[in-house]
Formats: sequence, structure tokens, C-alpha cells
Amino acid sequence: MSLTREQIQHLAMLARLELAESEFDDVQAKLSSIVEFVDRLQAAPVDDVVPMAHPLSGAQRLRPDVVTEVIDRDAIQANAPAVQDGFYLVPKVIEQG
Amino acid sequence: MDGEALHGRTLTELAQGLESGEITAVGIAEHLLERIAQTEERLNAFITVTADEALAAAAAADRERAAGRTRPLLGLPIVHKDLFCTRGVLTTCGSRMLSNFVSPYDATVVARLREAGAVMLGKTNMDEFAMGSSNETSWYGPVRNPWDVTRSPGGSSGGTAAAVAARVVPAGTGTDTGGSIRQPAALTGTVGLKPTYGRVSRFGMVAFASSLDQAGVITRTVEDAALLLGVMAGFDEKDSTSVDHPVPDYRAALGRGVAGLKIGIVRQHFDEGLDAECAERVRAALSLLEREGAVLTEIDLPHIDLSVPTYYVVAPAEASSNLSRFDGVRFGYRAENPKDLLDLYCRTRGEGFGAEVKRRIMTGTYVLSAGYYDAYYLRAQKVRELISRDFREAFATVDVIAGPTAPTPAFALGEKTADPITMYLNDIYTIGANLAGLPGISIPCGFARGLPVGLHLVGAHFAEETLLAAAHHYQALTDWHRACPEGFA
Repeated sequence: MSLTREQIQHLAMLARLELAESEFDDVQAKLSSIVEFVDRLQAAPVDDVVPMAHPLSGAQRLRPDVVTEVIDRDAIQANAPAVQDGFYLVPKVIEQG
Repeated sequence: MDGEALHGRTLTELAQGLESGEITAVGIAEHLLERIAQTEERLNAFITVTADEALAAAAAADRERAAGRTRPLLGLPIVHKDLFCTRGVLTTCGSRMLSNFVSPYDATVVARLREAGAVMLGKTNMDEFAMGSSNETSWYGPVRNPWDVTRSPGGSSGGTAAAVAARVVPAGTGTDTGGSIRQPAALTGTVGLKPTYGRVSRFGMVAFASSLDQAGVITRTVEDAALLLGVMAGFDEKDSTSVDHPVPDYRAALGRGVAGLKIGIVRQHFDEGLDAECAERVRAALSLLEREGAVLTEIDLPHIDLSVPTYYVVAPAEASSNLSRFDGVRFGYRAENPKDLLDLYCRTRGEGFGAEVKRRIMTGTYVLSAGYYDAYYLRAQKVRELISRDFREAFATVDVIAGPTAPTPAFALGEKTADPITMYLNDIYTIGANLAGLPGISIPCGFARGLPVGLHLVGAHFAEETLLAAAHHYQALTDWHRACPEGFA
């Protein structure tokens, strides 16, 4: 099955990925071949099969919701592209009315 | 000190030298750092070399030993795939997106090896976010295979595999989501061990596909793999899928032999997709085990042919979700001069991720999107159950499943990049173990056209001792793992 240009654009937007014009044909061709490949699953006999969520069936553990360790905020924010007074800076998201 | 011999030694041999006082940890670190410097131009196996930290840690190890104390890996060298977070050291995951990321904490694997006394020499190159089977998707350029530097070492843990194969270092960590430890081990003639899902903590590993990812090791001997696994394995409350299961003495299991061991041979694994010379080498290895008392039986895994398409729904789906955290706000790469928040996200991710990663994110987005979820993701999870059931049924009658690790020996760089499906099919024999959460090991079993061939053994959940014992027995009878690539002696 071949994905359309519009489908690729829609997927890229859902995934928040900007694709350069030069990448488009390659993405469209390769993604189409991947979808065609995974379409082999459509013939699988899966009636009444319980989907497997996880390789080990054990229940997820619970733990008390308490602070166990504190990492210094400055140390964490040293990796951030832009911070000020302990806050992360992003482009303005609220329009002025 | 005999420098020539130092880099050819295994961890176990280095440990003996340290214990007897013949060598020092500083001597090992200095020699291997020099070795890295000499080979990097040919291999490109490292992203970061931590020379200063290594020498300081080695000196501390020597002082500790001089004071009469010891630890299981005291003074022994190790390298980490650049997917494990290392405090204060760059952790790039082979991506431009994390090219400036310095972790504020250590991965549990890194911490446990450090606490056992291991000395980290550096961080190894890898496919970007571990997505690849050739190391060609790395933002830092491809790693080259020491057996033929025009060829790929496999991937995604190709940096560790190339460094171990070329006798740059004796051992390193890797991660395996669909074969990323075992396939490069096969293509470089090294030992690659992927433990049971949940056996080793995933805390501090940059997540790719969380229900499949598992940390393991690449070494030259099974004995060294057993040594490292004993340190790395065990419950970790920081990983919600870590399993609280006793950690046996893996080295004590090595002498069990293979007499009476029931080995299942999967019919589908010897079909037309397998290189004829590789098939011969693998069959010869199995015959050897049979002569040693193992019992070979042909078995069927009826749904195994669907493992690669299943994987390429499940893994991208989980990846698309895991990689949503890279948004240019809290860490990592950020596009310049964004005009608004959407532009910041889209350009940061468009510029920060390479082509393969983008494809996988978009594949995952597609199979999870409204209208397609049932047809792809839910269906794949059902097929995953069928594949796992096949393995469960097989392990009711056999102890180990054996076959080839990869369909061909190392392929040329650039040979498979045009068609993603051809590349994906490289993991056709390894992916099943990830889908079912089973342990697997690849060991060298000969050469095809001068390139290493791997024998793949898969065991039941937590049957690492069985795998290690069989693999060790094979190594005790063969010399394939002692072969050294030309120019790297």
C-alpha cells in the first residue's frame, strides 16, 4: 500500500517532525514499503488471541508515593537550551488579546 | 610489562594479572587508551573517550588493592554503549538530538559496574537511538568492522562490538531491542549476550522500545560475559519492569557441559534466506555439540516468519511514544530562532533526528493513529502472543534453541541503506527472543569468506546459566574466538 503525500504530511505533523522538501520522496517511498511489509500481519490467525502487552506477565509493582532522592535543579537545567530563574524558556504561547 | 599481550587479554586474564601483582590497573588503562588512539581512525568505535576519569579510577583501584581490599572487577576496563547515562560524561545515543547532553545521574548498569570496581574508558558509537543494524545511522558516522573496514560491524551496538573484536578493549556493554547485541557480535566474531527481559535494569538507558529493550554485554569469551552478567543482573526498584529473581553464580554454571542438553533446531531458520556458508558453519557447530552429548531435534515455531513485521509495528509504536520527550525544551538539541512553540517542536525534531529515526517515529505514529490501531498495533500484539506461545511450547521439550545469529556475514557499508526492509531482515533470527523476552547469546563459530559467523542460542526465561554453559563448552573446544582481525594483533 502506498501512502499519499497528504498522509505523510499529516503523520509528520502528528509526530511534530518538520520534513525538508528534499526528504519527502524518500520518506514517502520508504514508509510505504514499511507499511506494505507490516501488512503481512493482516493474514495472521489472531481470532481469540489475547494481545500481549508485555514479555513477562507479572503485575506491575506499586511503591509508596514518596520522595526518594533529590537531584539539584541547577544540575538538571544545565542541559536545558534556555532557562531563566529556574524556569525553562519557550517561545510565547499565549496570544495577547 | 608486556604491552603487546595486555590488549589481547580477556577480563578474566587481566583479573589474574592484577591479583598476582604482575600488572596494575593504571598500566592497563594507559595501554588501552593508547590502543584506542591507535585504532580510532580505522574503526570510529568511540564517541567519547574518558581518559582522565579512567586514569583516576585506575589509580584509585590500584591504591585499594595495595591496601588489601578487592572487588569483583577492581581495576578492570570497560566501555559503555553511548546509550547508558553516565554522570558528568556526554551521553549522545548516537544522535545530534543528544549531542550536548550530560547526564546528571548514572544508569544502574553503569553504577553497578563502577561499584564493582570497573574502570570506564569511554562511550561507544552506535546507531542513532539504537535504531539500525549497521551503525550507519549514527550522527557520528559509521563504525567499521575490523575484519574488513569497508564493511559494517552490525548494529546497533557496533562500536562496542568493533572495539572488542579489534582487541581495543576486552569487554563492553550493549543493548538489544531486536538483535542489537547479538547481530554485531556475530558480524565481528565476538560473544554477545542479551539476558532475559527484566534481568538487568533498564534505568538510565535511553529508551527505544521499552517492552523489548534489554542491556547486555559483548566480550571475547563466554567466561567474561558470565563475570559481567553476575555484576549487572538483579532487581532494581528504579526500573518498574525489573524482576526480583535470584542472581545465580553464572561462572559456577560454566562447567556443566552439554551432555543430555536438548537443543531445538528451528526448521524455518535454515531456509533460503540464509547464506550457504553460514549455514554450513552453524551446522558444523551443532554437530560438534551433538558429539559432545547434546541431543538435536528439529522443531517448529509456526509463527516465527511474522516476527520481523510484528517487531516493526511494536518497536516503532513504543519508540514514537518514548521519543516524544525530545522537544527542545528541557535538554538536548534546539532549533534556532523558533517563531512559535509548534515551530520549535517541529524544527528541533526535524533537525535533531536522522532519517531512520524519523521513519520509525512516523511508522509508530501511523500504526497507533485513529483508524489504524486495531489493524496494526493491536494485531501485532496478538501475533506477538502467538510467537511467544510457540517459544513456550518449544521450551517444554527442548532446553535451548540454536541456529544462525544473522543471515549473512558482515555486509558492505552502504549495501543495505537504500531499502529499509533488507536492513530489517538482518534481525530475522534474533527478533523472536526480544518479542518473547527470552535470553540469547551469539558466539563465534567460524568464518565465511574470511568474515566471522555467529552461532545463536536462545533459552527459556532466566535460563542464562544453560546458555552460558553450552556456549562456554563450545568455546573450550574451539578457537574461533581467539582469531584476531589482521592489522589489530
